[in-house]
Amino acid sequence: MAERAAERTWDQVETLAPKKAVPEGLWTQCPECGESLFRKALEQNLHVCMKCDHHMRISARQRVEQLLDPGTFEPMNATMSPMDPLSFVDMKPYRERIAQAQRQTGENDGVQTGAGFIKGRKVVVAALDFTFLAGSMGSVVGEKVTRAIEHATDHAVPVIVVSCSGGARMQESGFSLMQMAKTSAALARLDDAGGLFISVLTDPTTGGVTASFAMLGDVIIAEPHALIGFAGPRVIRQTIRQELPEGFQTSEFLLAAGFIDRIVHRANLRSEISRFIDFSGT
Amino acid sequence: MYALDFEQPVLDIEKQIERLESAPAAATLADELATLKATRDTLLRKTYASLTPWQTVRVARHPARPQTADYIDMMCRDFCQLHGDRRFGDDPAIITGLARIGPFKVMLVGHQKGRTTAERISCRFGCANPEGYRKALLKMRMAEKFKMPIVTLVDTPGAYPGIESEQRGQAEAIAVNLREMSRLRTPIVSIVIGEGGSGGALGIAVADKVAMMQYAWYSVISPEGCAAILWKEANETTNTKAATALALTADRNLTNGLIDSVITEPAGGAHRDPRAAASAMQHWIVEQLRELTRLDPDTLVRRRFEKFRAMGSTASRQLA
Repeated sequence: MAERAAERTWDQVETLAPKKAVPEGLWTQCPECGESLFRKALEQNLHVCMKCDHHMRISARQRVEQLLDPGTFEPMNATMSPMDPLSFVDMKPYRERIAQAQRQTGENDGVQTGAGFIKGRKVVVAALDFTFLAGSMGSVVGEKVTRAIEHATDHAVPVIVVSCSGGARMQESGFSLMQMAKTSAALARLDDAGGLFISVLTDPTTGGVTASFAMLGDVIIAEPHALIGFAGPRVIRQTIRQELPEGFQTSEFLLAAGFIDRIVHRANLRSEISRFIDFSGT
Repeated sequence: MYALDFEQPVLDIEKQIERLESAPAAATLADELATLKATRDTLLRKTYASLTPWQTVRVARHPARPQTADYIDMMCRDFCQLHGDRRFGDDPAIITGLARIGPFKVMLVGHQKGRTTAERISCRFGCANPEGYRKALLKMRMAEKFKMPIVTLVDTPGAYPGIESEQRGQAEAIAVNLREMSRLRTPIVSIVIGEGGSGGALGIAVADKVAMMQYAWYSVISPEGCAAILWKEANETTNTKAATALALTADRNLTNGLIDSVITEPAGGAHRDPRAAASAMQHWIVEQLRELTRLDPDTLVRRRFEKFRAMGSTASRQLA
């Protein structure tokens, strides 16, 4: 029972990621429809397939670049790097996993935070990075998201968090669990201060990230066809021992269930976010 | 009585004691009985003093371990259960109600696993649905309005993972509880009485003071869940490794600053003497509430915020 009830964490989502890294070259393939795409054109199309409109996963750095006005991003706490508070060792020490992820991504941990502008409006932004240990939330992700929210609260600036995460980071156990409380408590203070929080859900958003800040936006929007849920599909399938309905835990499913405000195409994110900021008057 | 494998030697001695006690010449065997009882007590203490984290998890799941409803019976007076989230339904996996504990009128909220098979199924073995978390919040808000402290008892393997729970917003229900509990203007104390499984546990445990019963566990994932993912297979060996790695025991959580107290259980665990466990818990609750009810709501909420704010801030370091 217990293992079935467990929240999905980052390693489980690895199987959902494309099996092979996209080969370097002029051309790349859409993981959804298999279409060969000219890399430059794909980049210009915000990594959305020109043929089937599949929204591909992008790194936090790419996300920030796409979302903000060019050259306006000022990173915060960029050098913050994970510790190993429990000296966690499974089949591989956590320290090694961190070092490997840092080598592969060139990032310190799984989130980019900072200040910038969207169509001339000042914002604080946090983007989770699936390429770094599946965007899992450990102490660094929790702390940086919290600081971003606090900065937004103190400076009366809207905060936008783009979630892309397999959930809590097991290797920090209780510490990662408490990041859920920490980030949510910071959002309570932002709310008390009348601040605007726009939560953007992208593929995938699951586990402890969904069950904390991701679901607490004044406005919650999702990219099309993203996997969004609390428990992972595999865990649910094992628990109830039956097949899951078509389209279960997609953005469209959540919209119909009443848990997100809108589904927004990646190309329209900047304009929609600007609109919310204007309406809120923040 | 259900026996965990490491309890078996103790139970064997107890069987001998029973046999002697029921023997016709019991009086003449007094010395022998006394020796056996002493051996039993020593063995029990020794066994429980050296439990591995994985063994602790199994004690936390012992079928005879007291549950929320038992603690209510033993610890509360004038309990008045309140049902329903006024949105969707009533989730038996979370019990809520008005109660008196010592000198305090409180709102009691706790996971319930169920005792009989029928109860266990209706409680989904202590895995609450969104309506359970929403019911908890509704009653906690009422407590805030009437300036009643809140006592929550945590005992869940995790929030329920099912089709309907997803459809009704399991993640949203937990997230809202985390945010709202962080700013409720009334004292909150939480005790992990058995299993503290992840977000499903935290969803009623954002408290001014959090305690764990000595043989409870509290972690981001169950040892089996962790073993299945990180060791690719959950079995006795990997579960044991995962339980240790996760630092899920009361002592480790205390050392890591993630909880405030450990409540000592009677020798051999709460299931051997539920009344003693309830009494220790009641003592802790009353002690905490005496302190917390003295604080003005602003101070209370600020301290609660600062406590959770500090968690994991030292675990992440600033380079250069």
